[in-house]
Amino acid sequence: MSEALLVERLHKSFGTLEVLRGVDLEVADHEVVCLIGASGSGKSTLLRCVNLLEPIDAGRIVVEGIEITGRRVDVNRVRRRIGIVFQAYNLFPHMSVLRNVTLAPQLALGLSKDEATRRAMGLLERFGLADKASDYPDSLSGGQQQRVAIVRALAMQPDLMLLDEVTSALDPELVAEVLEVIRELAAGGMTMLIATHEMSFARDIADRVCFLDGGVILEQGPPEQILSAPREPRTQQFLQRIIEAGRL
Amino acid sequence: MSGAEGRRGALIATLSTVVFFTALALLITHAPGWPEVQKTFFDWGQFKDSLPDIARAFLLNVKIFLIAEAFILVLALLLAVVRSLPGPAALPLRILGIAYADFFRGVPTILVIAMLGFGAPALQLKGVPLSTTFWGIVALVLVYTAYVSEVYRAGIESVHPSQDAAARSLGLTHWQSLRTVVLPQAVRRVIPPLLNDFIGLQKDTALVGFLGSVEAFKQSQIDAAATFNYTSYVAAALLFVALTVPLARFTDWLVLRDRRRRQAAGS
Repeated sequence: MSEALLVERLHKSFGTLEVLRGVDLEVADHEVVCLIGASGSGKSTLLRCVNLLEPIDAGRIVVEGIEITGRRVDVNRVRRRIGIVFQAYNLFPHMSVLRNVTLAPQLALGLSKDEATRRAMGLLERFGLADKASDYPDSLSGGQQQRVAIVRALAMQPDLMLLDEVTSALDPELVAEVLEVIRELAAGGMTMLIATHEMSFARDIADRVCFLDGGVILEQGPPEQILSAPREPRTQQFLQRIIEAGRL
Repeated sequence: MSGAEGRRGALIATLSTVVFFTALALLITHAPGWPEVQKTFFDWGQFKDSLPDIARAFLLNVKIFLIAEAFILVLALLLAVVRSLPGPAALPLRILGIAYADFFRGVPTILVIAMLGFGAPALQLKGVPLSTTFWGIVALVLVYTAYVSEVYRAGIESVHPSQDAAARSLGLTHWQSLRTVVLPQAVRRVIPPLLNDFIGLQKDTALVGFLGSVEAFKQSQIDAAATFNYTSYVAAALLFVALTVPLARFTDWLVLRDRRRRQAAGS
């Protein structure tokens, strides 16, 4: 298996707060890796760094063999190959669902309007959103909006998808439909790096779970091992709190 | 609200309005100087005589307004975009933008008009127009561009950074994100304050008369000087109001329509 993503000694500070203190992470092609850890442990920051939405302070990030943190890298070209889905959906409210999905393929990939529309409708159909194509984001439920956001990222046909707590803003009854979409992507072989609080989902879908604590990956391994028999005391404490909160 | 309550509300509103304006009218018409004021400002004969000339001159105000507005809308957007450019390399441009906005918002409009209108033609440069109206329009464009760019800028800043982040994460360039995601949302939000500045501009076209261009205010001044009667000013004022009131109502209507559309989308 080749590396889809390689992160080495990644450091990132906001002012005096050092959020990432030397993260090392590998994600193989078609691998699904879940990042778990307390709020503020740096999960979102790590994902935003991989997508170059945050400049990094030290270390390097390699995607499909190309160092994206080098000096002369075209960040737009890099981002076209990495899809990211945010906790708050971030759909464009002044555009229809269809336009949300066709915008980037047309502008960034140079697809014709017909091509982009065909690709978008195919994806919307696949995820049960075809009848919403001409609706505006405001009129959709949170679950539908998040599915549209996933479709919008997929329309760029990325090599790697980053999911940043995509169900955290959703009402409990809407979580399942979004997780279902992610399961389908995993089954289709999409390489994904997923920050999540849904432990049972992580156990279900992940090839590997990484526990992020104090700005480093403290422990990683197969989900059964990390979630059921963690070695590190910090991991045990974290999972204990999750169990007490009734989320495992 | 039930029908009975609604009718009661309307009745109270009508009554209080009638009472207030009747009292005001009585107060003014019973003032000691009223007969004199009535003769010099509200002379029906003078009004009828001066109105056609002033209305004709008012067309120049409308022309100045339309030409200036077209330039202002484009240049102000450009200035706002320059001021929101990211990165250290754009610092000189940002400083220039700030200096421009500070200067032209600080200097009284009438001074800019006077300096350009009297100064620029006096240079006697070849190819520089001598028309006072031309320089009046240039001055209004310079001043209002500074104001309107602030309105645009407020709009740009009101669009949450996560919108730009989402656009950039999809591989759009800074300009593509600005053009398709940030500016459309920003401009939509600032339409009411933009139209508010239009109303201000519409009124300030009268300042160009100061240079000698015969627009509505200048024409009414000419009439007043010839007849020793100020009714022509009232005629000019009514013409300005006749144009700005529909603009104000149009603004309200746009705001309301936008709100209804959002509510319809949300339900």
